[in-house]
Amino acid sequence: MGALGFTAPWLLLGLVALPLLWWFLRAVPPAPVRQKFPAVVLLFGLKDQQIEAQKTPWWLILIRLLAAAGLIIGFAGPVLSPEDTSERARQSDKPLIVLIDSYWPAASDWSIRVEEVDNLLQQAQQGGRVVAIQQAHFKEAAQLAPASIWRERLAAMSPVAWDAPYDLGVLQHLPEGESIWLSDGVKRDGRRELYALREAVGEVAIWQPDRIVFGLTPPVLEGQDVELRALRHRAGPAQDMVVAGYGRDPAGQLRALVEEPAEFAIGTTEKDIVLNLPPELRHRVQWLELAIGGQARSAGQVALVGESLTRRRVALVGAGESETLALLSPDHFLRAALAPSTEIVEARGIGDAVRASPHVVVMPDVPDISEPDQRALAKWVAEGGLLLRFAGPRLAAAQADQAGIVDAVEDILLPVRLRGRGRAVGGAMSWGAPQLLAPFPTDGPFSGLEIPEEVSVVRQVLAEPGPELAERTLARLVDGTPLVTRKLLGSGQVVLVHVGANAEWSNLVLSGLFVEMLLRLTEATLATPSIDPENGLQTEDTGVVSAPWLRDAQLSAQGALVRETSPLSTPLNALADAVNGQPSADAPPGIYSNGTRQLVINSLHIGATLSPTNWPRQVVPVWQDKPTVRDLSGWVLGAALALVLLDIAGTLWISGRLRSGQAARAGFVIVALGLAAPEAGVAQVADGQNEDAADQSVSPSVPDQVMAAAAEVTLAHVLTGDPELDALARAGLTGLSLSLSRRSSVEPAPPVGVALEQDDLSVFPLLYWPVSATQPLPSSQAYERLATYLATGGLILFDTRDAGAGGGNSAESRKLQLLAAPLSLPPLDPIPSDHVLTRAFYLIDTFPGRYNGTAWAEAAPPGAAAAEGVPFRLLNDGVTPVIIGGNDWAGAWAVREDGRPMLPVGRGNAGERQRELSLRFGVNLVMHVLTGNYKSDQVHVPALLQRLGQ
Amino acid sequence: MTPTAPSVLSRAAATAQGLPPLMVAARHLADTVQLGDHGRRRAGQGDAFWQFRPAQPGDPAHRIDWRRSARSDQAFIRDREWQAAQTVMIWCDPARSMAFSSDPSRASKSDRAKLLALAAALLFLRAGERVGFPGSDRPPLRGEHGLPSRLTDLDKAPPRPSGLPRRSRALFLTDGLADPKIYEHLLGDAASSRIRGAFIQVLDPAEERFPFAGRSLFLDMQGDPKFETQEAADLRAPYLERLAGRKKALAQMCRDAGWVYHCHDTITSPSSVLLWLYHALGARR
Repeated sequence: MGALGFTAPWLLLGLVALPLLWWFLRAVPPAPVRQKFPAVVLLFGLKDQQIEAQKTPWWLILIRLLAAAGLIIGFAGPVLSPEDTSERARQSDKPLIVLIDSYWPAASDWSIRVEEVDNLLQQAQQGGRVVAIQQAHFKEAAQLAPASIWRERLAAMSPVAWDAPYDLGVLQHLPEGESIWLSDGVKRDGRRELYALREAVGEVAIWQPDRIVFGLTPPVLEGQDVELRALRHRAGPAQDMVVAGYGRDPAGQLRALVEEPAEFAIGTTEKDIVLNLPPELRHRVQWLELAIGGQARSAGQVALVGESLTRRRVALVGAGESETLALLSPDHFLRAALAPSTEIVEARGIGDAVRASPHVVVMPDVPDISEPDQRALAKWVAEGGLLLRFAGPRLAAAQADQAGIVDAVEDILLPVRLRGRGRAVGGAMSWGAPQLLAPFPTDGPFSGLEIPEEVSVVRQVLAEPGPELAERTLARLVDGTPLVTRKLLGSGQVVLVHVGANAEWSNLVLSGLFVEMLLRLTEATLATPSIDPENGLQTEDTGVVSAPWLRDAQLSAQGALVRETSPLSTPLNALADAVNGQPSADAPPGIYSNGTRQLVINSLHIGATLSPTNWPRQVVPVWQDKPTVRDLSGWVLGAALALVLLDIAGTLWISGRLRSGQAARAGFVIVALGLAAPEAGVAQVADGQNEDAADQSVSPSVPDQVMAAAAEVTLAHVLTGDPELDALARAGLTGLSLSLSRRSSVEPAPPVGVALEQDDLSVFPLLYWPVSATQPLPSSQAYERLATYLATGGLILFDTRDAGAGGGNSAESRKLQLLAAPLSLPPLDPIPSDHVLTRAFYLIDTFPGRYNGTAWAEAAPPGAAAAEGVPFRLLNDGVTPVIIGGNDWAGAWAVREDGRPMLPVGRGNAGERQRELSLRFGVNLVMHVLTGNYKSDQVHVPALLQRLGQ
Repeated sequence: MTPTAPSVLSRAAATAQGLPPLMVAARHLADTVQLGDHGRRRAGQGDAFWQFRPAQPGDPAHRIDWRRSARSDQAFIRDREWQAAQTVMIWCDPARSMAFSSDPSRASKSDRAKLLALAAALLFLRAGERVGFPGSDRPPLRGEHGLPSRLTDLDKAPPRPSGLPRRSRALFLTDGLADPKIYEHLLGDAASSRIRGAFIQVLDPAEERFPFAGRSLFLDMQGDPKFETQEAADLRAPYLERLAGRKKALAQMCRDAGWVYHCHDTITSPSSVLLWLYHALGARR
């Protein structure tokens, strides 16, 4: 595609001179080797065997001509396919419509897309074109506006965490004009139609980065295994990946609890992954993540787990009522069996049980349920609960009472109708032997469980025979009578075990089988509550109001879980769609709860697949920085240089100088250099792409640095990738270190910059983190280490350097929110006037830097009160983990090489005073970090002295 | 070993003794040849015992060896061997062509010739001979200790050695690339002065092997172009033939004059040529 063009075509006239060069080179033989030789006298009179003067061989001339041609062409500036620019310029009167696929598949390389669009807008701005940018998920069509306006809006555009078919109803209203479609390459409904729509009103160019989109389906619990599938939208070479499960460890740290490496085989698009996790670990996992080396995460690579893997809450109804002996109590064995794997909620009544929003309600031998309770329970079951009932003497008696009523309605909370008093077999007064269990049906929830031989049943309640009895039976005895029956009710189920929950009727409860059966039943509770869009909010005749679903946290397109500051209410029909695999703007992927149940919506649903899009045949997707405008002069000049070097080698060889060993070595070096030179040229051409990589390697992190920092108190700042800012931070910490050495007994080593991705943080007591709007987000591993750092006593001083302007809405503040979101920081307060920071070394009451704004630290515990006779409350037993502000402290502290301040603060003497206060704050801060609450404890000194005096 | 690259230690030693590196190298080289006293094989002044002879009238009494005489009735006189010092004149060709070296790391012909000259001088001095350098106005040297002060004489060698003492010995070190007639005259003059000696032709490996190829322009040592060829490799065979002819002619001249001839390649070890020199001069005595 794309023809060759030249930026300076007139230089090509030089090619005319080539034949002249040819003639010239033909005429001149290669220069002779000049050789000092004392024995030349012996040569006099010797005759050459070849009389004719030697001419330059044709191939050497050819090489030289090619080299000359290469130089001429190279300097003429060849570029590939420049017609795009020219064409764009030609069409500059037409509006430019940019259509961006803004769903999650585009999230991991969103910044590249934004950059491309920005380039495009820049060109459009120069050409004075009107532009409309349409993000595919927007619900209204974009309007034409000057490119400059769109460039401002572009910065705020972001992808969304879900994927949806194109809304043609909206997109058909897009203005006419030349279209550029930034596609993500994933198959999506409506794409062809949209293409046809756009093609009808103008030219369409498809820009599509050549990368693979990865996804991870939500996990499914299969027995003890967690099963999920890793997806990619296009088959490719083998690809390593890591599936990691994140959650809080027992110490409360959010970290990767499980990491399972896996690999896409060549040519496959799916990989089934089975994680075999012990329940204790599994219950802690909050989300699973598919990590691909060298690629940013997107929402599709994150599978929120929600409650599907967590511990089941089981409510035990009627517990603790009876005063029987422990081993005879109806729920002792239940408790013993459930406690290891579930969370048991004690409930006195059914109302309590439902309010605790359990997954399972267990009722051991509860015969009568009052009418309102029955309704509440039925509703709860219908919403996805599991009611597990056990028979017993009382239930049997109650059923016997009802048996007389012929047309007794079927009890909605019993799976089957029961008859009479049940039966007793194998007792002293009865015929027959105790009944054994029949093997479990293979399609039931108990399939595969082994039945111990000694398990037998002496008494049971019997089901009334009926047409549905067979399908409701989950387990039966060898004589065919049901042992466990189940009825589906709404999206929940009611299960009845026909024997008691204690050992009176059967020794089932004494066996391990009982534990496993309970585990199977509780795990089988529906992970996703069903949402009925019609009557979710309606007040039913029962009087029970279903609580609205609220969104607690939302998954960002980059796959980060962002807690909502206040839970948002969610429309039910949107939520119902989301549950069925179609999240939308109203119900984006995230975590929802309605007070009783939790619900997670993922970007991908369980059965999801990813496949590449099929463009019409005539469409060739391109990506801007590969096949389009491309400067070839580096390559051509490199080739010319290689030819020149080849010519040198050839000339040396012809004149015989290559034969002596040294010359050969020199020639080899020259040729090797020549081969390396084009490589360097290529690297230069391609360096735009690995700027990120270069950024990360700004500071060579050597263990030496860690060793040095461990040996002495070392202040550290986070490398942001912005060299100017990093230099300022370093100078600031240098100034603070100087002041500390001068004024206190702390004599810090020279400050260092730390790269969060690789450096060891544990040796630094304080991290100064200047926030720049452009710095990249650290990886999840880096966050994990930051969390460890904070949890083990580190302190991060965040500085947005914007003087708190914009009310937390400046670019830096927004960046700070992004940066700090995964850190699980405690609640913050403006630093109170009695905080230990105000008296750790100096007595100060403000915390100025170059600006004098509010600084924030960990909030005081609610119960803190001032002790008697002490002017301040005893706050912050621990050291606050973060201090956040926008006062540009480093700017105030920064000194030049010669110790003079680097930046001005304020004006005149007042400014110098502010710098002094700023340094005092710095000293206090370091003292606070190093001595913790020591100064708070100092307040006790008078009291202690007084006591000692007595 | 080469004078251009002495080790740090030897250079320090040389500086301490006020000796140029060449001297040290020469001394090392001379030490490789173990030589005895070469007596004149007749009675005379010397240290070595030669014979007992019956005392003649007129012999001084203090020369009587009483121990020998006590064994008989006759008085015996202990004769010592006559050790007469020979003068050896050493000439290094100062021609510009001697400064040539085909490899910067290798000593030039001139350096090698001077090294050999000094080493030989040391050997001769240790053997009790006198060593002189043509072109110097000082008399021939006696004793090893005086050699360092005479080093400048080595550089003052005239283009043609003249004024050699009659009946002395001579050592000529040259590359033999000048006009052959010059050497013929030189050797003829020497022969007529009853001077015998050794003629050592010092050649560079490049001169011995002619390793050139391709189009070449050969310069003399002044840097003037002298000879151009299109393919130097083709000239190798005729050149080597001519060189052999020159060597043969020089050897013949030496034979005619009663001299010994040796061709030394600077790529080979200098000690071998020194050993040859010692034996050659010894054998001709």
